[in-house]
Amino acid sequence: MKRILSIVAAATAAVLPLSHAQDTVKVGVLHSLSGTMAISETSLRDILLFTFDEINAAGGVMGKKIEPVVVDGASDWPLFAEKAKQLLDQDKVAVTFGCWTSVSRKSVLPVFEEKKGLLFYPVQYEGEEMSPNIFYTAEAVNQQATPAVDYLLEEGKKKFYLLGTDYVYPQTTNLVLLEYLLSKGVPLENIGGGFTKDGDGKIISAGKYTGFGHTDYQQIVSEIKQFAASGDACVISTLNGDTNVPFFKEYAASGLNAETCPVVSFSVSEDEFRGLPASQLVGQLGCWTYFQSIKSEANEKFVSDFQAWLEKSTVPGIVKDDRVTCSPMVLSYVGVYLWKAAVEKAGSFETEKVMAELKKGIKFDGPGGKVTSQANHHLTKNVFIGETKANGQFKILKEYKDVVGEPFLKGTYK
Amino acid sequence: MNKAPAASKIRTPLLIAMAVFLVIVMPVLNVAGVIEDFTLNVWGKYLCYAIMAVSIDLLWGYTGLLCLGQALFFTLGGYMMGMHLMLMIGKLGSYNSDLPDFLVFLGHTKLPAIWQPFYSFPFAMLMVFLVPGILALIFGFLAFRSRIKGVYFSILTQALTYAAALLFFRNELLMGGNNGFTDFRTLLGANLREAPTQRILYIVSAILLVAVVAGCKWLTSTRFGLIQRAIRDSENRVLFSGYATANFKLFIFVLCAMIAAAAGALYVPQVGIINPGEMTTERSLEAVVWVALGGRGTLVGPVLGAVSVNALKSWATRAYPDMWLLILGGSFVLVVMFMPKGIIGIPAQVRALIAKMKNRGANSRQPVTTKQDAEVTEP
Repeated sequence: MKRILSIVAAATAAVLPLSHAQDTVKVGVLHSLSGTMAISETSLRDILLFTFDEINAAGGVMGKKIEPVVVDGASDWPLFAEKAKQLLDQDKVAVTFGCWTSVSRKSVLPVFEEKKGLLFYPVQYEGEEMSPNIFYTAEAVNQQATPAVDYLLEEGKKKFYLLGTDYVYPQTTNLVLLEYLLSKGVPLENIGGGFTKDGDGKIISAGKYTGFGHTDYQQIVSEIKQFAASGDACVISTLNGDTNVPFFKEYAASGLNAETCPVVSFSVSEDEFRGLPASQLVGQLGCWTYFQSIKSEANEKFVSDFQAWLEKSTVPGIVKDDRVTCSPMVLSYVGVYLWKAAVEKAGSFETEKVMAELKKGIKFDGPGGKVTSQANHHLTKNVFIGETKANGQFKILKEYKDVVGEPFLKGTYK
Repeated sequence: MNKAPAASKIRTPLLIAMAVFLVIVMPVLNVAGVIEDFTLNVWGKYLCYAIMAVSIDLLWGYTGLLCLGQALFFTLGGYMMGMHLMLMIGKLGSYNSDLPDFLVFLGHTKLPAIWQPFYSFPFAMLMVFLVPGILALIFGFLAFRSRIKGVYFSILTQALTYAAALLFFRNELLMGGNNGFTDFRTLLGANLREAPTQRILYIVSAILLVAVVAGCKWLTSTRFGLIQRAIRDSENRVLFSGYATANFKLFIFVLCAMIAAAAGALYVPQVGIINPGEMTTERSLEAVVWVALGGRGTLVGPVLGAVSVNALKSWATRAYPDMWLLILGGSFVLVVMFMPKGIIGIPAQVRALIAKMKNRGANSRQPVTTKQDAEVTEP
């Protein structure tokens, strides 16, 4: 019965596209709508659908209406590769917006290269990659970590404790930060968290790492407390997702706070606070290329338009209450507009031509200010340092204008 | 309740039909352009899952050992193949180095000694079988010698899988950490990104599946198979009859680990990624669900289960991305409620239903089946 049902449904699905007129362009949305990453990635699906509606209402892309093809990667990395193949082979999408985790991007990268597809990737990441078929609207390490260090140095901090979840993004960020801190004259003994050296004594890993879903931070926090006894220390955290809850609980319980030893986190945005208790993090720092609290006409319009769209949305299961905007969402939004501009300049949907236009430099005035696409497949954009408030929003403390995204940073700071 | 099969039920003509369809018809239709390259490629993936499902059936359906660690052996096989594939990338990676990208990124300048022999394809193939095989041998030896049975055995295999996944998530292991291995280029000189190579990999997977099903059919029909089922139904009796049941179980356990590992090795070049997410306990449980859905203790049932659940998943994640979990879960509930013997039991159920309808007029009715109920799990 199940088989028959699925055959009938598949047949219907196969017939449906015929009813679409010629004036549409298919666009893939490849995010996890189920599984562990769904909590973060569903927001990106929502913002993308909002953006498509906004563009379609204004006449579409080169006169063609965007027809989204939403698939669920289900936090299952081989499934991501399968879905990418499906989008490119069967749906023949012109472009795909998607992926959150590095492993999902690594999983689909060969597929996009093989089938000459185009992927826009919107989430802060470790760099060390520049595929001809991917455009990274994401924050590079020098658009988050190094500006945050600059800020902390300006604030008079002298000691830096590096802490992260054990995967590629924190590992790379901390190696880059190690070089950056040394180049700024911070001595090695003022960098906390420990080092791993190879046989020749070369540092191959810097900082303290815990696994996914780690819950016991007692020992690490007491180590930080010792480290911070001099009063001029700070913590640079690349802890991922829900491990932030036990860490910040332990941190508060030990008597440490934003005054004595501030923590700057790179993986906690407004959207994460829908699931994390913001009260534990009040006063701690965040660093992104967008905050919802940015005061500009463009941002206020963006936020209110998105809320209005949510109100009317008929997407099954969409969450309508207490929604916020955050950097990965804005970078998804920006990506769609950059793609539209590039397509219209190129007069074509072909990957190579669109990418060539993107490399020439396209400007877009978005909710986070002006962004410019670069020849290295990354963006020039503004970086903001913010302080967490009890309502899960950030108070902007500092803005760095027009920071050029650079994917290959290791060995560049001397 | 699930009726225990008296002997392996799969009939030779059915097996031949399956072999012809999977090994010959599908690839021919692909070359003729009827079946897309994409479809054949995902079928290659389903067949690898099916091989793992058959290994679970041999353990669970025929020996009564519910192993929740088959995904571990599957993934280990995949990792061994992955190590070879990583070295075959050569200088095509993003750092133009002979070393795999993740090692360069971790600051390594020399290939670790353990990686060195994986340049050789035969060595890698040997390791595909040896590494999971030896792990299964050690674990099985300890577990079976201590007479760990039933649910305790399941829990231990689950714990082993979980521990291994945590180990592989760590970057110090030098196995790529959370990202695992990706961006493969060639296998034995053939470009993995081209359709003909993928077609060959599909055919190899299909042949392996048919061979595994045929081999298991033969094994379960021998005296060995008889002892296997006797162990499942009443291990103590077999033990008191003078058989060293632990040795029988150990043999099956190691064999099944190797079958799953071979499937994993074929899976990796077809999906293009292997990472610790594949060896989690959820994955092992998923595979057990395929077996239960398809029909335990039938060898072909698990194949049907693995292929249909994964095909449903592939289709529904595209057609109903917001609702597919409900569709999948709903179909599980339906099968459990109305098809106790799984998908493979449908024809028998239909026949029974027809017989019942025919007999409705008559004054007396013969029971349709007379086989005794037998619990598959250990007491």
